[in-house]
Amino acid sequence: MNSRTIIVNLLRWMALLFIQIFLLRNMAFYNLSTPFIYVLVILLLPFRTPNLLLYLIAFMTGITLDAFYDTLGVHTSACVALAFVRTIFISISLNRDSIDEPEPTLGNMGLRWFSLYAVLCIFAHHLILFFLEAFKISSWSYTLGRTLLSVVFTLFTVILVEFIFHNRKSA
Amino acid sequence: MRNLWIFLSRYNAFFFFIIFFTVGIILAIRNNAYQRSTVFNSTNEVVGTAYKRLNVIKRYLNLGQVNDSLATENALLKTQLMAVLNVDSTKLIKVKDSINQVQYTLIAAKVIKNSVTLTNNIITINKGLKDGIEKEMAVISPGKGVVGFVQNVSENFATIRPLLNQETFISVVLKKDNAFGSLVWGDNNFDYRKALVKEIPNHYKVNVGDTIVTSGSSGFPRGIEVGKVTKTGVSTGDNFMTLEISLFNNFSTLQYVYVVKDKLANEIKALQQEVKR
Repeated sequence: MNSRTIIVNLLRWMALLFIQIFLLRNMAFYNLSTPFIYVLVILLLPFRTPNLLLYLIAFMTGITLDAFYDTLGVHTSACVALAFVRTIFISISLNRDSIDEPEPTLGNMGLRWFSLYAVLCIFAHHLILFFLEAFKISSWSYTLGRTLLSVVFTLFTVILVEFIFHNRKSA
Repeated sequence: MRNLWIFLSRYNAFFFFIIFFTVGIILAIRNNAYQRSTVFNSTNEVVGTAYKRLNVIKRYLNLGQVNDSLATENALLKTQLMAVLNVDSTKLIKVKDSINQVQYTLIAAKVIKNSVTLTNNIITINKGLKDGIEKEMAVISPGKGVVGFVQNVSENFATIRPLLNQETFISVVLKKDNAFGSLVWGDNNFDYRKALVKEIPNHYKVNVGDTIVTSGSSGFPRGIEVGKVTKTGVSTGDNFMTLEISLFNNFSTLQYVYVVKDKLANEIKALQQEVKR
């Protein structure tokens, strides 16, 4: 990992958390669907990130979000779950030795792989997030509905952002 | 050892996940008031509903005793009613409107979970915030006897900290000469039929068979009969004596309780806080 990768990831971390905390926190459709764009930070970490570092980054990201959302522990657990799904999915779908690209971006991996990857990771994250926030099983259908609608919204914003940056790089 | 190390490093993603995820969950439960209050207690919806189902069956087994206590209470009420109705009506009497004077109202509730074998027992009842139950209300049992105080309230359920709990103190007096004492349980006595009355001054003369009643402070109406003295002068080595009493009510077959709503409770509490300041 060279210094350029570190700087790019650091800038991405700051920009996405800024957008999430100061803009998207106030956004929701009927309190049902909320976008969580900051998951992109963990999604786009380089393939060669060691597992311990990956989990530490996920943990720190979650705890920062929690501090601003006043829900200590909820985002943290969700981010850790996201990191777990990420490692599992990458180890199943790709051969570890033959990975040429440094980062799992849309431009590097293609739309099909990236969207499946994003859907699974975001779903795991949102499932933990909303159920831990509601903290009861009795209204599970409402919570599940919120989860699915938010997955759609988050996925839309994630792919949108990826397309914008993908085009700029190649141009 | 080497194999263990290989095993751990091979599945390190999973173990890291377990570690970090546990930390996250612990943080969520310990630091957020809502999650903490709903994790594990019997006001929890799942647990509360399960106990409610179980009680439908259990209720039938104790029907006899419940009937007895209800009959006793009926008799008591009838006696009072007769005293009111059989007034000589030729006498001219002044009628005083006493509607606003009623200090205590009772809310009947069904016990859905009870225990008598622990050192700190807790009772759960099927009434909650919806029915006007609040924290620290006094709870009495039908017929004779006290039960305890309301500890936690949720929408539909409430937990009671009964006398059979080491945290519970109830202010009582000797019926015949108003000597104050405090009713406790525990303290090497874990029999649910017995309790101790502490801090009765030594100069009072107490006999076996004397009745203990509530003092009127700490939320209970005055004069509810609690139990009979079975052993006097259990020594404590200072100016106070301890009495052992047998309770009138049986905690192990408790099925219905009355929660006492004290209309003046807030006023008294406010006044006492003013004094403290």
